[in-house]
Amino acid sequence: MVKCFVPQDMTAKAMGADQAAGFIQNAANQSGAQVELVRNGSRGLFWLEPLVEVETEAGRIGFGPVTFDKLDTTLIDALLSADQSHPLCEGLVEEIPYLKNQQRFSFVRAGLDDPLSLAFYQSTGGYVGLRNALAMSGQAIVDQVKESGLRGRGGAAFPTGIKWQTVHDVAADEGETKYIVCNADEGDSGTFADRLAMEADPYQLIEGMTIAAMAVGAEQGYIYLRSEYPEAHRILNAAISIAEQANLLGDNILDSGRRFNLEVRLGAKAYICGEETALLESLEGKRGMVRAKPPLPAIKGLFGQPTIVNNVLTLAAVPFILREGAAAYAEVGFGRSRGTLAFQLAGNIKRGGLVELGFGPSLKSLLDDFGGGTYTGRPMRAVQVGGPLGAYLPESQWDTPLDYESFAAKQAVLGHGGVVVFDDHVDMSEQARFSMEFCVAESCGKCTPCRIGSTRGVEVIDRIRANENRAANLELLEELCETMVDGSLCAMGGMTPFPVMSAVRHFPEDFAAEGSK
Amino acid sequence: MNKNAYLEGSAIPSSLTEAQWQSAVVATLASLNDKPGALLPILHEIQGQLGYVPPESIELIAKALNQSSAEIYGVISFYHQFRTTPVGAHQVEICRAESCQSMGGRALEAHAKASLGVDYHQTTSDGEVTLEPVYCLGNCACSPSIRIDDQTYARVTPEQFDALMEGLKIRSLEVQNG
Ligand SMILES: Cc1cc2nc3c(=O)[nH]c(=O)nc-3n(C[C@H](O)[C@H](O)[C@H](O)COP(=O)(O)O)c2cc1C
Ligand code: SF4
Ligand code: FES
Repeated sequence: MVKCFVPQDMTAKAMGADQAAGFIQNAANQSGAQVELVRNGSRGLFWLEPLVEVETEAGRIGFGPVTFDKLDTTLIDALLSADQSHPLCEGLVEEIPYLKNQQRFSFVRAGLDDPLSLAFYQSTGGYVGLRNALAMSGQAIVDQVKESGLRGRGGAAFPTGIKWQTVHDVAADEGETKYIVCNADEGDSGTFADRLAMEADPYQLIEGMTIAAMAVGAEQGYIYLRSEYPEAHRILNAAISIAEQANLLGDNILDSGRRFNLEVRLGAKAYICGEETALLESLEGKRGMVRAKPPLPAIKGLFGQPTIVNNVLTLAAVPFILREGAAAYAEVGFGRSRGTLAFQLAGNIKRGGLVELGFGPSLKSLLDDFGGGTYTGRPMRAVQVGGPLGAYLPESQWDTPLDYESFAAKQAVLGHGGVVVFDDHVDMSEQARFSMEFCVAESCGKCTPCRIGSTRGVEVIDRIRANENRAANLELLEELCETMVDGSLCAMGGMTPFPVMSAVRHFPEDFAAEGSK
Repeated sequence: MNKNAYLEGSAIPSSLTEAQWQSAVVATLASLNDKPGALLPILHEIQGQLGYVPPESIELIAKALNQSSAEIYGVISFYHQFRTTPVGAHQVEICRAESCQSMGGRALEAHAKASLGVDYHQTTSDGEVTLEPVYCLGNCACSPSIRIDDQTYARVTPEQFDALMEGLKIRSLEVQNG
């Protein structure tokens, strides 16, 4: 019997994983070979997808990318006999430097097995954290999270323990409830870590949310999932119902008498619904308009009740902390950025994928050592870090250490850890224009500088690109950006100027007169 | 291109009959009405069944949720996903966001519009394909990306795009014949 793993992750499927699985199964049927096909999650080495793994006594041998055009009988023979002389063979998967050189905490299980296998999850430390939490007071759980130094992974990097403390301390009035809301809207371009976490290891998130509920006394949780992620939707729903049957969710969790129910709710394609207050409005069935703070969602959140809103990876980090202890988590990292961050290499990059590391290495080492340069083989020119509201960094800034404070010092943001690479074909005035255009399309419309300013921004950049009164229009653009920064309620309007002005500042030649580029 | 002018010449089925939409809407309201914050799940369910949210159903939804029709319409129009007009047999979404741009997404968009002969939010004259923009599919490590119905495709070239569209036509014919 040969055990063979073919990922069911969305990107693996987009690269042809289903065809690979079908081909292997057919070949096995025809030759009478005994093959056990496991549809695992992805390891996040997306540049190798579909990465087919074969179990041997020495460990799992990987072949990739097993795309449709490469599927022939020679490859199948090599696969089923784990023949390492085949050109697509990557050898032992655990030894691939891209994987081996990572520090995986949140993604340690990703790609190892069928994501819905609860037995596998529990055999690898799953639900030890919840069992520990059930024996502790809510305050003791909150204290662990505080001591771990965990900061929100959704972008703002707010200390998670302090948020939980606030919700813990609000006395819920008679008959009222507290909520745990997972922000799974992941709208930033260049990011897919939340998706990978949900598709490859759904129980980790479910356990993290359950621990959060035990910490603050919540009985209902929602995962607000963007509708662009149908695979994650299917997997989460299946995992929730399996967890319910195993008494890990529901009215009597692990016979503790404690109750927590979880439901996945789909968004409807609106970037702004990733902002936590807009998300809550959306969950309440309204337009996703940003609410002014205070009151904080921790005090008056979903349906006016105390609510924890945390990113997928924030919640997914919690089972480790409750299992291994706060100190084990805090040990890793850099300065005030503790633990690991899931960097996501995307765009024009040779080896795109997920790289989980302790904070601190330079952007350049990430781009070179892991990314391996551009996909097109041309020189890299600009790197946008932190999603559509993040700055474009020129080469002179690629030595910046990857931690929140170092990036802030460069007027840049780490955000959700998305890294999008552009080669020298990029026209930075076009990118600046797109940032404004994106703000037009996705603004919630509440503040004038964001709603109208972005439209004016597109027009001004168009005039600059057409070389109309360039100097005056560049000045106008700067003023417009200042107004947006000062007059916007949330980061949509307040940070759109980051990519725009970074493009103007660091790539002035792209905003110069026609023909002078 | 003017959306209405385009639709006039198309083979898209006009609105559903009252019986068709009513039974779907009534059943959906009955099953989801009691959920806290039920409106988005309701709209998803109706659009999932009918392809769009019939404007005639808005009043029914409003009544069930004890809200005004204007409020319901306001929610539908806020989200990019919901629509009150019929769509093609297949939904084709092209990613417009930065990672895909860096890998030729802009050229792919232009190609798709030209080869289908439609702009975003429009449906081809044979009623087969509705073209929509999307801002990131979470497939950015292998850009550029598109989605056809519920299937995502990575590293899509213009040639592959055409081949995928051909594939759709063949599949639809099979469905008709079968
Ligand atoms: C425009 C905008 C979009 C955002 N999108 C997301 C998102 O997609 N996912 C996310 O977790 N946080 C997003 N955030 C941050 C959330 O508002 C919030 O800070 C976060 O969910 C809190 O969780 P954390 O403390 O675990 O990071 C966004 C914020 C803004 C202003
Ligand atoms: S800045 Fe823009 S998105 Fe944010 S609240 Fe104001 S209008 Fe809405
Ligand atoms: S930017 Fe296109 S899939 Fe993410």
